[in-house]
Amino acid sequence: MSADTVPDTAPSTPLTSLTGWGRTAPTAARLIRPRTYQEAVAAVRDCGARGGIPRGLGRAYGDAAQNAGGAVLDMTGLDRIHAIDVTGGTVLCDAGVSLHRLMEVLLPLGWFVPVTPGTRHVTVGGAIGADIHGKNHHVAGSFSRHVPALELLTADGGIQTVGQDTPLFDATAGGMGLTGVILTATLRLQPVETSWMLVDTERADDLDDLMARITATDHHYPYSVAWIDLLARGSATGRAVLTRGDHAPLEALGRGTRARRDPLAFRATRLPTAPDVLPDGLLSRRTVGLFNELWFRKAPRARTGRLQTLSAFFHPLDGVPHWNRIYGRGGFVQYQFVVGHGQEEALRRIVRRVAARRCPSFLAVLKRFGDASPGWLSFPVPGWTLALDIPAGLPGLAAFLDGLDEEVAAAGGRVYLAKDSRLRPDLLAAMYPRLADFRAVRAELDPRGVFASDLSRRLGL
Amino acid sequence: MKDAFGLPQSLLVLGGTSEIALATARRLIVRRTRTVWLAGRPSPALEVAADGLRTLGAEVHTVTFDALDPESHETVLGKVFAEGDVDVVLLAFGILGDQAHDEREPVSAVRVAQTNYTGAVSAGLVSARALQAQGHGSLVVLSSVAAERARRANFIYGSSKAGLDTFAQGLGDALHGTGVHVMVVRPGFVRSKMTTGLEQAPLATTPHAVATAIELGLRRRSETVWVPGSLRLVMAALRHLPRGVFRRLPF
Repeated sequence: MSADTVPDTAPSTPLTSLTGWGRTAPTAARLIRPRTYQEAVAAVRDCGARGGIPRGLGRAYGDAAQNAGGAVLDMTGLDRIHAIDVTGGTVLCDAGVSLHRLMEVLLPLGWFVPVTPGTRHVTVGGAIGADIHGKNHHVAGSFSRHVPALELLTADGGIQTVGQDTPLFDATAGGMGLTGVILTATLRLQPVETSWMLVDTERADDLDDLMARITATDHHYPYSVAWIDLLARGSATGRAVLTRGDHAPLEALGRGTRARRDPLAFRATRLPTAPDVLPDGLLSRRTVGLFNELWFRKAPRARTGRLQTLSAFFHPLDGVPHWNRIYGRGGFVQYQFVVGHGQEEALRRIVRRVAARRCPSFLAVLKRFGDASPGWLSFPVPGWTLALDIPAGLPGLAAFLDGLDEEVAAAGGRVYLAKDSRLRPDLLAAMYPRLADFRAVRAELDPRGVFASDLSRRLGL
Repeated sequence: MKDAFGLPQSLLVLGGTSEIALATARRLIVRRTRTVWLAGRPSPALEVAADGLRTLGAEVHTVTFDALDPESHETVLGKVFAEGDVDVVLLAFGILGDQAHDEREPVSAVRVAQTNYTGAVSAGLVSARALQAQGHGSLVVLSSVAAERARRANFIYGSSKAGLDTFAQGLGDALHGTGVHVMVVRPGFVRSKMTTGLEQAPLATTPHAVATAIELGLRRRSETVWVPGSLRLVMAALRHLPRGVFRRLPF
């Protein structure tokens, strides 16, 4: 068969190798960057046999925004802010707008995004698709709770307005981009008087101490998070630094200070980018152990009312662009799970196992979730969530994490799909009881399987 | 799809009765692999191998595949890829031949070359194209330490593996950036049915050790894997020995 008689199944756009933020499992796809809604519609109509998936700023740790051999729609070209209601506190914007951009625009107007994860560099579409949570989940819930409506480009090329409390909304919130491409969203905002935070910090001697402190006083704070030293062993297992805070009112800023003169200024520090040539194994037990020791000792035993910028409080890692490179070429996996209230013993067992395993994890974060979101594949449920970063090259890690999965599933918990890159597919249905409903909506809405990702293929979503 | 650790969910073995391939399949099934295609000439051994893997919990299919019939490769392998993504293709077929006999009977020497090299060129290219279309996957090619330098005792086999090795390296370069990863595995002397009765060479290894090295190589996305790893250094030295000296070495 000569070349010109072969049907052109793969359009001629060159392939781009993509990974998630963890930099594992690269696959190649045609990367398309629509600049208009019409281009997005055309991209969905023409995405070919292997389908397409929207992608934002690539902060999902695993393979949720990759689509091997198919199309990946880079949505960051659609980044207009259409309307801001400065009195009512809502914004209507394209899904490709980043939370960073929203903060730049909204803070000077006295509004803040209702939910922000550990990075500002996520898009609104990604935030809904992963139904992200922040340090305020115990009071504010997940991101999609604050989205009254969105516009969804579905597999047939049509555009639907989807409001809250509809099956399609609940399938889309946390649906990992598999119900369609979110084009625009309306977001309810949170009023703030300043761009500063009032932060209380305290140290906890071990895991039980930490959980007791969180349980007793979390309801006093809208934002709360604990960093755990998972390399500490013995009686110090689970020792932690608990950081909680609230938006600073205007009077908290000292009179005559620069902060007071411009209380709503958006301040974000930026350090040099991490180089791409760092060796594997930079993060060993020794270096991470040293870091953890310093980090723990540096934290005050108890301090209240410290002023911090929003970016320092919410997004310390955004100060180092490409911080994911410090894990070297082998990349890393982030393991985040939640277990419900009453399953504290499972959490303790997992923390003990991680501590005993001596995983060099310097980013281990514990927080308590509030009410679940109605999203069928949304991650948060009321209970305890722990997230940890681990270098992917650690010997035996695959089997170790499989063991943790079983512990989590047995406790009725689940792992976070936006961070997953390795879950055993047969545990998924136990972790996400609404999976069958999700599949049914997809089968009806997208019978040809236009929307597909490496994640959806790997887990059979 | 492969996961963050390079562990595949589906595996296609070309040379389905190879001990190294089956050791690798067993190792991968314990982890994530659920679907295995064993391609080879129909034989009771192939069915026994399939049954063995099934007992570990995988869904195993056998496929009729003949390295010596390259004309059929496109059809046979095309059917496998049409069933769904293949995360890893393990090119494991090959014959050792009988050096003394093959030197006397050029036709049987050609059979070694055709199986190990020509058959692999065809199957390798067909697989590579299919992997490229799916945008991901690994092609693992079982070469040999014998490909590194011609030895009096097995140069017919060695030359066929040398051809295969060079082909696979070039294919790896050609596929760079397509999402497809090509890994050349160079085991030393492997104690297996293929080498029964042969005198064991230094640094001998086992199918199990090769399987372990393949799993590690998949995780690291290695381009070349030596088994045992120390062979890399040994061969780096041997490669530069003058021929007069190399010829007199006692293996």
